[in-house]
Amino acid sequence: MRAHPLARIIAGAARLISGVNVRWVDSEPDARQTVYFANHTSHLDFVVLWSSLPAEIRAQTRPVAAQDYWEKGLRRAIAVNVFRAVLVARRASGAEVPLASGNPQEAIEHMLDAMGNDNSLILFPEGTRGTGDEVAAFKSGLYYLCQQRPGLRLVPGYLNNLNRILPKGEFLPVPFISRLTFGPALALAPDEPKVAFLTRAREALCRLRSI
Amino acid sequence: MKNLDSQLGWAFAGVLGLLAFSSLIGLALKAVIRKPEAQGTISNLNARIGAWWIMSAIFALTLVIGPIGSLVLFGLMSFLALREYVTLLPTRRADHRTLFWAFFIFTPLQYFLIGIQWYGMFAILIPVFAFLFVPARLAITGDTEAFLERASTIQWGLMICVYCLSYTPALLMLQIPGYGRPAKLMLYLVLVDQLSDVMQYVWGKMLGRHKIAPVVSPNKTWEGFVGGVLSATAIGTALWWMTPFTPAVAAAVSLAITLMGFAGGLTMSAIKRDRGVKDYGTLIKGHGGILDRMDSMCFAAPVFFHIVRYFYVR
Repeated sequence: MRAHPLARIIAGAARLISGVNVRWVDSEPDARQTVYFANHTSHLDFVVLWSSLPAEIRAQTRPVAAQDYWEKGLRRAIAVNVFRAVLVARRASGAEVPLASGNPQEAIEHMLDAMGNDNSLILFPEGTRGTGDEVAAFKSGLYYLCQQRPGLRLVPGYLNNLNRILPKGEFLPVPFISRLTFGPALALAPDEPKVAFLTRAREALCRLRSI
Repeated sequence: MKNLDSQLGWAFAGVLGLLAFSSLIGLALKAVIRKPEAQGTISNLNARIGAWWIMSAIFALTLVIGPIGSLVLFGLMSFLALREYVTLLPTRRADHRTLFWAFFIFTPLQYFLIGIQWYGMFAILIPVFAFLFVPARLAITGDTEAFLERASTIQWGLMICVYCLSYTPALLMLQIPGYGRPAKLMLYLVLVDQLSDVMQYVWGKMLGRHKIAPVVSPNKTWEGFVGGVLSATAIGTALWWMTPFTPAVAAAVSLAITLMGFAGGLTMSAIKRDRGVKDYGTLIKGHGGILDRMDSMCFAAPVFFHIVRYFYVR
């Protein structure tokens, strides 16, 4: 399968604006089914991460995006038609009830469906864009996803400086040089508790910040 | 080929010969020296020489294209240098739109002013208008945290990366009676300045013992400095025929270029050390970023321009 031509153009532009410097630390690109998870500070995040993957991996990697934000109009056209984004309902922070219709179980099943047997996902487990100072606590989705797919490969990718290029609330980019650091793969251990796993995954990501 | 006169042709031929000679030396060193501790230096040397071929080709091409070529090249370099610079420095969320102005309004405008040969505005756009605009725009955002540091960081970046560097293609504006195309003058500045860097590196590697400022720049030694400045001044003097200068004046001007270049290298290193990095970027293999290569030009170009303008332009 090949990526949408527009996706390649947008990815090229994102790479140019972000000047992204991609590093694989104790890790290397692998075409096996993987969930790439990253810190989230900018709309450019997933495009930059996606464009930093080797072409053959890129073609089968789909971003997971918030339904409430990406569902309408041009946003939807770009997310769904061009990047084949998987739209899922997210919860308001702290609330037990999802914002949009559907329940967490449905969102997980939706992601599993989208993955099929060979698609990879890009996921931002913080659930929303932060300021870039701290990585927020992870939402539970990553855990439930791994529970449904034992042995699922997770690869952390830390994005530096994307919050400076296009922060939340801005529509014009400033061309700082950014950096994307992929770390070693991890997986949910059998019987690993939810909180322990989410903490471990978050730490694996944060460790990449300054190496 | 109307932009190519015979003197420019000779200068190009000289550069070509020098590059070929350097490549041979690089290959010879690689073949002869087997000491494992020297391998890092030799592979870096060869990477540097490789990058010099590419940089020279790009510069020669833009020079032959004419003023537009040089303006686009230096405009792009200013843009990339400013990008390396601000990436390294702390900025805050509230600086976003001011930085957008710096990159997308002031930088292109500065080069546009050279293009239309409006010297009066070229000379004050950044030191007067951008200087006042930046803090005012920041004040509008209402974020007063580290206000003066943030304003000066942006002002300084614009001055060094855009204003000072733009003096190189600004040489093309100068009309010197009895002297041909000012493109030769630009090539002369670049040659003397860059060869001064190269010769300081070469002398430093061969004889360097006594460090000048070990904290700021561990690679700068007195031996490298004196050897580099003297050889680059000698080269600059020998190239007097491509300038409006007499040999004695060429020597004095070359000395000024090399000393300013040294000051530029040292100053820009101090920023790197303060921020705890070795290089500004990774764009040029073996050299680092654009700003690592152009740091000396940023200091040498304005001074060279004003020497020539004061004494040679009516």
